[in-house]
Amino acid sequence: MSVQFPTLRGKVWLLGDNISTDVLSPGPYVHAPNQERLRHVLEAVRPDFAPKVQSGDLVVAGRNFGCGSSRESAPQHLKDLGVAAVVAESFSRIFARNAIAIGLPVLTCAGVRQRVRDQEEIAVDVVLGAVVLSDGTALAAERIPPEMLTVLSNGGIVPMLRAIAQAHTHGGGTSEGRDEDGLGR
Amino acid sequence: MTWAEQILAAKSGRDRVQPGEYVVARLDGFMMHDIFAADVLGLLDEVGIARLDDPERVTVVFDHMVPAPSVAAAVHQRKARELVIRYGIRHFHEIGRGVSHQVMVEEQRVQEGDLVAATDSHTTTYGGVGAISTGIGSTEMAYALATGTLWFKVPESVLIRLEGAFAEGTSGKDLILALMQTVGSDVAQARSLEFRGPEATSLTLADRLTVCNMGVEMGAKFAVFPPGAHDPQEAAYAARYTVDLAALQPMVAIPHHVENVRPVSEAAGTRIDQVFIGSCTNGRLQDLRDAASLLAGRRVAPGVRLIVVPASREIYRQAAGEGILDALSAAGAIVEGPGCGPCFGGHLGLLAPGERCLGTHNRNFQGRMGSPDAEIYLASPLTAAATAIAGEIADPRALLRELAAKEVSG
Repeated sequence: MSVQFPTLRGKVWLLGDNISTDVLSPGPYVHAPNQERLRHVLEAVRPDFAPKVQSGDLVVAGRNFGCGSSRESAPQHLKDLGVAAVVAESFSRIFARNAIAIGLPVLTCAGVRQRVRDQEEIAVDVVLGAVVLSDGTALAAERIPPEMLTVLSNGGIVPMLRAIAQAHTHGGGTSEGRDEDGLGR
Repeated sequence: MTWAEQILAAKSGRDRVQPGEYVVARLDGFMMHDIFAADVLGLLDEVGIARLDDPERVTVVFDHMVPAPSVAAAVHQRKARELVIRYGIRHFHEIGRGVSHQVMVEEQRVQEGDLVAATDSHTTTYGGVGAISTGIGSTEMAYALATGTLWFKVPESVLIRLEGAFAEGTSGKDLILALMQTVGSDVAQARSLEFRGPEATSLTLADRLTVCNMGVEMGAKFAVFPPGAHDPQEAAYAARYTVDLAALQPMVAIPHHVENVRPVSEAAGTRIDQVFIGSCTNGRLQDLRDAASLLAGRRVAPGVRLIVVPASREIYRQAAGEGILDALSAAGAIVEGPGCGPCFGGHLGLLAPGERCLGTHNRNFQGRMGSPDAEIYLASPLTAAATAIAGEIADPRALLRELAAKEVSG
């Protein structure tokens, strides 16, 4: 079964290396209302981001994006602010896993930070793993494994949890049977 | 096979696994703390999953925002307590028990050979007892609690052989800081760090936990001291390193990244406003003993605030029994109750713009402990104590030599 995912077109917010979960989702606001938390996203390194980012924009960054905490609010805040995908030279693994789990595409693309300008309009093909610059140049990104693409195209893990809940409600099967709903199968 | 491969194979019902393969593994344990327990259980409740696969495997520890510093935190924690009861989670530890990772080890909720996931990045800590363990987000935890399973990409492993013994003034913290610089996230990202060698098993448990705790700062999926000194036959490693512990010197990570590591001597003289001794990295009895060995009978420098947070109630009580807490208090420290303390920047000792803190914790990212315009330095408990006394970053070996000379003459 081929996975459908629309090509993403948007304006780039260009960031550096080692963008941490502490700048994406600062600790002092951990229990603040979501609207207040969103105001502080990236404020330490890019104070114009939270006030100006628009739905469909893309984040492009250097290496080790999302390093630090397991807090899922880091990718969730980007998604809540309308970011359609993050393209980086490398990702911290927990961030990348959390992003997929909530349905935010993350693509690893070597050298991307040097090739893209801030506020440039680019296109991202999540399925093929391609980043197309405004002059038409295409950069190859690492392809996302099919299992993860399925999770992404379903909008993350929550729909899978709902399916598990329904299976429970209808008395569905043994614990082994439930695993068939699982990731990676 | 490497230790990570052996455990992932066993937990996914296979004879062998290869790096790069995806497996669905059955986990031995799950842990959540007060920041995420309500989110995870609340999500399960919302989607209509009424029971966990196995509540006996689940541990909940309140350690981050403790005692609740705001009404919002109190409401969040009340929701978590209600859900913990509703989902039948017996292994629940209230505020004051300690930092979750230390509590998991003390309560023997994690054992050698286990595979454990928790909603905290420093879950790699349990590699200190020979488990492979890693941090996950709230949504994945909800899935894992519902099914008892989780997918893993089998990681490549990196072998780090330890030789020699720690020189005076150095400890596990200096080892892992040194590795942060020499190995780093370009090598370790998403891999399993495997510590072996004749000295690996002679490290204290506290040092092993400290080293594995900060493995995640290199991006490692697991960091582990497997049983037995020698690397197994037929194990394939993506990279190999050898570290001579005797050649290590006290190290410090400077702002704003954990890989910006220098010998303490190169940062010496940097004025400091606050010193923090504690956290899941370095809040153990050995760490408090180290700090007290320098601070007992001395005073914290004027203008410096010293915050000490024992990592658990057991540690707090043992340190009290040994007179350590009294000695630190007499030196001018504020001793807080067990928990994460100022490490994650939620409360307790946040920094003003322009202030500098040297801590024994694990992260010095911009904005980690309050103002984005503050600076954080990371070092060992000995270096932290020497720094608190000097009021500026200081190499602890000078004070240690002074102490040794006194002992000889006294």
